Amino acid sequence: MAYKERIDGRGFDETRQIEAKVGVIPRADGSAMFKIGNTWAYAAVYGPRNLHPKFLQDPQRGILRCNYNMMPFSSSGERVRPGGSRRSKEISLVTEKSLLPVLNLEDYPNSVVDVFIELPQTEAGSRCAGICAASMALADAGLDMKDLVCAVSVGRVDDKLLVDLDYAEESYKDGPVADIPIAFMPNVGKLTLLQMDGEISKEELIKLIEIGKEVCAKIYDIQKKALKEKYHEVEA
Amino acid sequence: MYQGLRSHIINLLNADTRLDGRKLAEYRKPIEVEYGVVKTAEGSARVKIGETDVIVGIKMEVGEPYPDIPDEGTIIVGAELLPLSNPEFELGPPGIQAIELARVVDRGIRESKTVDFKKLCIAPGEKVWLLIIDICPINDAGNLFDASSLAALAALKDTKYPFFDGEKVDYKQKTDKKLELEKAPIAVTVVKIGEKFIVDPDIEEEKVIDARLTVSSIEDGTLCALQKGGDFPLSVEDIDKMLDIGIEKAKELRKRL
Repeated sequence: MAYKERIDGRGFDETRQIEAKVGVIPRADGSAMFKIGNTWAYAAVYGPRNLHPKFLQDPQRGILRCNYNMMPFSSSGERVRPGGSRRSKEISLVTEKSLLPVLNLEDYPNSVVDVFIELPQTEAGSRCAGICAASMALADAGLDMKDLVCAVSVGRVDDKLLVDLDYAEESYKDGPVADIPIAFMPNVGKLTLLQMDGEISKEELIKLIEIGKEVCAKIYDIQKKALKEKYHEVEA
Repeated sequence: MYQGLRSHIINLLNADTRLDGRKLAEYRKPIEVEYGVVKTAEGSARVKIGETDVIVGIKMEVGEPYPDIPDEGTIIVGAELLPLSNPEFELGPPGIQAIELARVVDRGIRESKTVDFKKLCIAPGEKVWLLIIDICPINDAGNLFDASSLAALAALKDTKYPFFDGEKVDYKQKTDKKLELEKAPIAVTVVKIGEKFIVDPDIEEEKVIDARLTVSSIEDGTLCALQKGGDFPLSVEDIDKMLDIGIEKAKELRKRL
């Protein structure tokens, strides 16, 4: 049986509803909120600031440190034990690698830029939501950046190629599934995150990355709009 | 440390005002309580006091009762001082600050008997409900004690039981059964700086406090939990005044629920 219509009625190239806001955490140097469907991420940027312990310092450039964390009540199943898991550590790592290419940290030797991502509520696509929020927070912190980073998951459910898989699609049982989170620098035109779980042909994957690029362009517009809105508010 | 800041704040207090122009016994504005902000939790609330912003979420689990009280469920309160919310917070297991915060919130709820633990019993000696209350600050601009306590009570008011078939909890299926609450304990932290008493300290004021007293009280003014903090001692007269302020201000906060 083919996957004819998406469970929540979206088009195959349509994301869930997105909401983005910048400057949501006054104590941070930069911050943002990014909500996609029921997945909800906050990101706060602190720095560039002094890095301790000293042996971690790089005299050539500042370093980027990311931490991804699900709040204990953020999963639709059982409580998530606080303190991080192997999964959250890996996501922290790929988040760091997906953001690093847009930053110029040469001007901040011996310093650190800390990015903290917290998810109050999740339902698939949380690493991508975290990356979108973090990239906006970095811009809000006034850091020198080459581009923003936009992230979304693409994939296949049975015979259909689609974007922004929700939980029901990730766990679809009647056919093969592939879940592919990607992050993209829309102006540079390159990918900074690519992961894949499932089964898919090479041709389909390349096609999906092209679809993902188009979706990222839409997300980019939403991110830019949110960043501009903060400064409109200041003017008014 | 902070000698200049301290004498500046004391001068202001002597002139009956504060850094942000508030009166001594005045909370920041606005005070906002939003219910049900987290759909994945069985109950949740977000409280903002001025720029302080806290989310509390509650998950319910079925577990075994303690052997000495076989017919009672219980609450477990956790607090994570997220480094996202304050430049001074660091990653890692909860430190003493987070533990104190969680325990003060826990005692306000537990000792006031807001939740009747007997009503959390499913099968005596075998199965009881556990309410796991997690405190997550989004922005710490001071006074996490009062904001977290208020958010915890609001989250309890929002809590509905998940479906339980006798074997397993189905979190996807929510029931209409609300958690019953017997009381409404409110925590008010009264702070002493020099000879003056204030409520709702901001970040700067928190740096220079002499002593603090978190006063939890229920609707009729009965006290249900106290916690003194800070490095300086308090006289009986001090405590008398601080309790009056705490009980009075609790009435004001309770109206926000």
